Amino acid sequence: MTITADEHRTHGYADLPGLMSLMTGDEKHGPAATSTLDVLWVLYDRVLRVTPERAEDPGRDRFLLSKGHGPMAYYAVLAAKGFLPVGWLPGFGSYDSPLGHHPDRVLVPGAEIGSGSLGHGLPIGVGTALGLRAQGLHDPAVWVLIGDAELDEGSNHEAIAFAGPAGLDRLHTVVVDNASASHARPGGIAARFEAAGWSAATVDGRDHAALYEAFTAPHPGRPRVVVARVEPKNA
Amino acid sequence: MDTMRDRFAPVVSRLLDEDPRVAVVLAEIGKDAFHEAVARHPARVINVGIREQLLVGAAAGMALTGLRPVVHTFASFLVERPFEQVKLDFGHQGTGAVLVSAAASFDWPAGGFTHMAPGDVALLDTLDGWTVHVPGHPDEAETLLRHAVAAGDDRVYVRLSVQSNRQARPVDGARFLTVREGRAGVVIAVGPLLDAVLDATEGMDATVLYATTVRPFDTAGLRRASEAAGTDVVLVEPYLAGTSTGAANDALADLPHRVLGLGVDRRELRRYGTVEEHTAAHGLDARGLRERIGGFLGAAAGVGSGV
Repeated sequence: MTITADEHRTHGYADLPGLMSLMTGDEKHGPAATSTLDVLWVLYDRVLRVTPERAEDPGRDRFLLSKGHGPMAYYAVLAAKGFLPVGWLPGFGSYDSPLGHHPDRVLVPGAEIGSGSLGHGLPIGVGTALGLRAQGLHDPAVWVLIGDAELDEGSNHEAIAFAGPAGLDRLHTVVVDNASASHARPGGIAARFEAAGWSAATVDGRDHAALYEAFTAPHPGRPRVVVARVEPKNA
Repeated sequence: MDTMRDRFAPVVSRLLDEDPRVAVVLAEIGKDAFHEAVARHPARVINVGIREQLLVGAAAGMALTGLRPVVHTFASFLVERPFEQVKLDFGHQGTGAVLVSAAASFDWPAGGFTHMAPGDVALLDTLDGWTVHVPGHPDEAETLLRHAVAAGDDRVYVRLSVQSNRQARPVDGARFLTVREGRAGVVIAVGPLLDAVLDATEGMDATVLYATTVRPFDTAGLRRASEAAGTDVVLVEPYLAGTSTGAANDALADLPHRVLGLGVDRRELRRYGTVEEHTAAHGLDARGLRERIGGFLGAAAGVGSGV
């Protein structure tokens, strides 16, 4: 595990609940607040080639948080990795804070997009992959995190159906599946992507080794989706 | 004469050759005209299929990587259908693109109301920071397209139409041009409606300003014109009537003034036919304009009897 210096101390995975508490005031957090936490940690700790120093580097990997609600885990990971000061966390949601209940890329260092309205991240991710490819930047990976219920939005399906045939193999999507969609079929998420030509895997969204393996598996010529299953929201 | 849209692909294809930042994003409509450009720049000419949310979202993603996307389809599907993407993916993300529409008001009357978007400029007017160009001639369209692409990361809308004036004028992408000077009123003709306005105001003692860039609104130009011509203002716009009434009011806020906003009516005609028939039905032909402009400016403008 990489430990990053920030404000005279270092932060690891074990510090994330404490960092989240600075925002929520709660000592413990339920599954809904932490549904994205393990995915985010594994990505930022072991997969994404981006650091605060590389935040403007054209060759950096891009992580686009499309599911912008409940961003405490995201802010905690960004703070742990030194993108934003831990001292910002207690102001979460207040008038003078850059940290809103939906992230704003103009205000949050390290945030590649602002989000909140569902279904915007994946089309922007497609464009990011196209834009990098058009400039000969074939190395940077683009990652988009969406929620299972967010897939209800038709804009995602425009992006999914385009990205497969377009062969956008630097595009990656993580679907954090906490079974929150009202109308869904088990297994339907990966099948939807596979039907459009994506490489797909479904793993335990709390298992860091499984997530890492799924995130780093080769998928030549095809975009990749990882469905990360966590505890059902309404269980 | 060729149309503004006939010029679009050749101009932007040249810009693709000249500037590695330029990219084109299409949703099937208009793709054939980019056949050669796709062969030369396959990674910078993208057709996403009939997917307008993706059209706008992908363009925003490309802009975030540093490209200058030029996004094109009919106005109904460029501004209205994906309006939330236009609002958030450009404005809220703090980036920009050049949106180039065709067939906005009634360029294809036989196509009916599904292919009309007379409210496009009014919709964009609810958003911050959009420049809106409304060329009135194919040559002006070329000039304004170049201005739009060259405008850094600005958000720019270029409204192409099959309607056109007989001659092009030296538009600069910012200011109104003074075409005629008078002392009893200011008539602002927008884009392809200039010829009809000039015919309609023949013999009237009115100043005629020609506007091809309507946002930002040339406040200084209107105020300067009003010094000699007074503060009775008529706007003649080829899109929804009254779209710029607020902008004209704001320009003259500290002066007693009157503003008449003419343009495309809200009412759906439920008619097919020709551009000329729709122009007349909305009172935007010279005869209809003369009646309404004359009635508003009154005797002081020396209104004659008919066209």
